[in-house]
Amino acid sequence: MENRLTRLFQEKKENLLNVYFTAGFPELESTGTILKTLEKSGADMIEIGMPYSDPMADGPTIQASNTVALKNGMSIRKLLLQLEEVRNEVEVPIILMGYLNPVMQYGIERFCAEASRVGVDGLILPDLPLHDYEELYRPFFERHNLSVIFLITPQTPEERIRKIDNLTNSFIYMVSSASTTGNKVGGDEKQIQYFERIQSLKLQNPKLIGFGISDRGSFELACKYAEGAIIGSAFIKVIQEKENLEQNIEKYIREVKASETVAQ
Amino acid sequence: MKYAVDERGYYGNFGGAYIPEMLYPAVEELRQQYLNIIYDPSFQEEFNNLLRDYVGRPTPLYLAKRLSEKFGAKIYLKREDLAHTGAHKINNTIGQILLAKRMGKTRIIAETGAGQHGVATATVCALVGLECVVYMGKIDTERQKPNVSRMQLLGATVVPVTSGSQTLKDATNEAIRDWISNPVDTHYIIGSVVGPHPYPDMVARFQAIISEEIKAQLLEKEGTDKPDYVVACVGGGSNAAGAYYHFLDEEEVNLIAVEAAGHGIDTGFSAATSVLGTLGIIHGSKTLLMQTEDGQIVEPHSISAGLDYPGIGPLHAHLIESGRAKVYSVTDDEAMEALVMCSRMEGIIPAIESSHALYALNKMELKPTDVVVLNLSGRGDKDLATIINYLDNIDVPHGK
Ligand SMILES: Cc1ncc(COP(=O)(O)O)c(C=O)c1O
Repeated sequence: MENRLTRLFQEKKENLLNVYFTAGFPELESTGTILKTLEKSGADMIEIGMPYSDPMADGPTIQASNTVALKNGMSIRKLLLQLEEVRNEVEVPIILMGYLNPVMQYGIERFCAEASRVGVDGLILPDLPLHDYEELYRPFFERHNLSVIFLITPQTPEERIRKIDNLTNSFIYMVSSASTTGNKVGGDEKQIQYFERIQSLKLQNPKLIGFGISDRGSFELACKYAEGAIIGSAFIKVIQEKENLEQNIEKYIREVKASETVAQ
Repeated sequence: MKYAVDERGYYGNFGGAYIPEMLYPAVEELRQQYLNIIYDPSFQEEFNNLLRDYVGRPTPLYLAKRLSEKFGAKIYLKREDLAHTGAHKINNTIGQILLAKRMGKTRIIAETGAGQHGVATATVCALVGLECVVYMGKIDTERQKPNVSRMQLLGATVVPVTSGSQTLKDATNEAIRDWISNPVDTHYIIGSVVGPHPYPDMVARFQAIISEEIKAQLLEKEGTDKPDYVVACVGGGSNAAGAYYHFLDEEEVNLIAVEAAGHGIDTGFSAATSVLGTLGIIHGSKTLLMQTEDGQIVEPHSISAGLDYPGIGPLHAHLIESGRAKVYSVTDDEAMEALVMCSRMEGIIPAIESSHALYALNKMELKPTDVVVLNLSGRGDKDLATIINYLDNIDVPHGK
């Protein structure tokens, strides 16, 4: 089957909205509801975080959601079962994001096979070294038709960005500034210079800007410099309220994508 | 060197740098520079002068007569407890602060559990006049109040960490998050032979002064520079790495690593990583760590905050897996027994961490001709509140 991310990037080249949520948050069984509501509300792709006890690149909001999710009993095994159940009800591309240790304990090859079987399209493993991917794991990703997504930051040297661009087959995750998740994108001069510098590299893969995208303003700013953007912490705050979960999600996503909806 | 780190930062199957991209440039900068800087003659001169005049090195190698009689072998204590700030931790912080200055860094961060590494970091920051921020689990700031005050007196900012289990592993996560947010001006002084490459190798090289001195001192006292045993406690493993370093390839020297068994290995309250741990990734390093089947890191337990860590440095994982080092596990109660014994028999109050190593002498089968060097990694002053509280709750009288 064609990878849904590949198809998406062929069909849509701007204003791509990727929304992150932590599996098992706010409740163990929220996954299906959140996925369906996000798709209905207009998210172009969805990134599901596999909760971890020690999420070192995440700020307080996502950390707290990880803690709650683990208390609720979420695990890779459980998440894959949930995805298997819900996959025929949603068409949107799904990316799994998680730290390497839990995936390693599950077994990296087995994980790739199972994730692909339940309809996952791509993986983000932020602490997976490029070298290990190239030397050890690349065949697993390719055999199971999974896209691999790597991060770049304002400090990543150009040579390394080019290398990542060559290794990637979906999109480049552009971290908006030197920070953990949840800090605000302010659009200050330094940040804009970074966005423009990356834009001028004319990379072959689309770029999505993440970390600190929280509302319509920051989403639109990011989309000026990249093909799309990723919302994480701000969305976790939206789903903290267990009541009216669906209405809150719809309202939030419509607000973020307001200009696109008007244009259509 | 058979047990040296390889080009990519591995000791056998263990080590490497499993870090998110946000940390990559800072860690890579360090990796590219650390050896050149450390082996620059002017660095060596500055480092050695400070170790001598500021830290008080060489620390003595003391023949403990009464312990020797008791255990039926020659027991030497390497007196790291006499180093400035009261433990071996300062050897590493002196090295890293000089390195940070040469790399043009203007701000220092560190994690601490018991507070010993935090104090050693705050001390060297005061020495060179750099800003210092120390992350410490909120629970540890309450357990180790005097060390919080010491750090503050030395001019450091102590940040209580409220995420996760609010102890050493979370303090480390929080220090990493700070570094992610300040990758250009800040150097992260890690306190043990843990973390992504090049940290384990770099910290081991700074601590290697311990075994360098042992060799010279033993040659003078015993006419040989090779003891039969080198014994050290292992939390992350920096004092052990330093005590072993120049003996690693001398296979006739037996290396003994002592882990904290807490309440006992099978009680669920333990920090015996080599027994309870499995291969995984913690704080950027592939090594043995305590985790659930799902790969979630488990909170350890030890009465000594310095050994209360769910992982072990990759060098030690390799030494243990290859059989080069032998491991003993010592419980809270056994360590406290050894602490009282050493205090009463030698007039030396050891740190609770070091007391684990002392108790292991009971478990080793020693011959009268054996020469044992035990690394007394620190002094017990910092532990006084814990010790008194412990003794109040059992039958050992405080005085005789
Ligand atoms: C006196 C003393 N010994 C040992 C340790 C354990 O650390 P490592 O295993 O890195 O030597 C500590 C840590 O705080 C300590 O303070």
